[in-house]
Amino acid sequence: MTHAAFLVIAALAVASALGLVLRRNAIHGALFLVVNLGSVAALYLTLGAEFLAAVQVIVYAGAIMVLFVFAIMVLIPGKEETGLDPRRGWRLLALPVGALLALQLLLVVRAGVGPVAPAAAVPGGVEAVARLLFTRYLLPFELTSVLLLAAMVGVLLLARRRV
Amino acid sequence: MSLYGYLTLAALVFAIGLFGVLTRRNAIGILLGIELMLNAVNINLVAFARFRADVAGLVFTLFTISITVAEVAVGLAIVIAIFRVRRTVEADRLDLLRG
Repeated sequence: MTHAAFLVIAALAVASALGLVLRRNAIHGALFLVVNLGSVAALYLTLGAEFLAAVQVIVYAGAIMVLFVFAIMVLIPGKEETGLDPRRGWRLLALPVGALLALQLLLVVRAGVGPVAPAAAVPGGVEAVARLLFTRYLLPFELTSVLLLAAMVGVLLLARRRV
Repeated sequence: MSLYGYLTLAALVFAIGLFGVLTRRNAIGILLGIELMLNAVNINLVAFARFRADVAGLVFTLFTISITVAEVAVGLAIVIAIFRVRRTVEADRLDLLRG
């Protein structure tokens, strides 16, 4: 059952990733990314990380995708990326580069993981994550808030109308 | 499902994301590819957290997600700022720094 669920979700994730990459239309790409993020959230559920699945849907599919779709609507007028590609030769090089990286990663996964313990019952709910987040990783947590503040100030500065 | 399944899936998604980053012609498409790659990393973190029985992987995933939010916000703001000056978001035309 879990096996079949994983296979379906994995196929969906890879298919939506390919759709994102191969479609030239940016808004289609953003919608494919929503599918991909949703399938990754489902993958978190099969891994027993319910809290992260919720965070994934709220933050990624909610906040980030709205930002992306908004930016695409504002910035890309209709059909771009349809004209003749001036650097088509160079861009075709991305295919062997991507295939080579995939091959290397798969080889590393095959060779380098070592003996794997059977799936242990690790708690993935809010309580387990919060307990660790607010004790051992408290300093990184606080630094994250500083980072978000810095990003917010930076965005306001960048998006401001001309001085 | 074994750890290998998850790692293989993450490797495939990461490579597809790299391909997207290299082939996209507008800056927003490149950012979409980067999102894909970051998601592959998150899959790895959660899978290792599960199979090594260590909640720290889940905490790290939270950190990557929050950093991704900051990255996307700043990235899109930069793209908008560039668009105001150059009236385009095509990466090939943004060659002010080319020698």
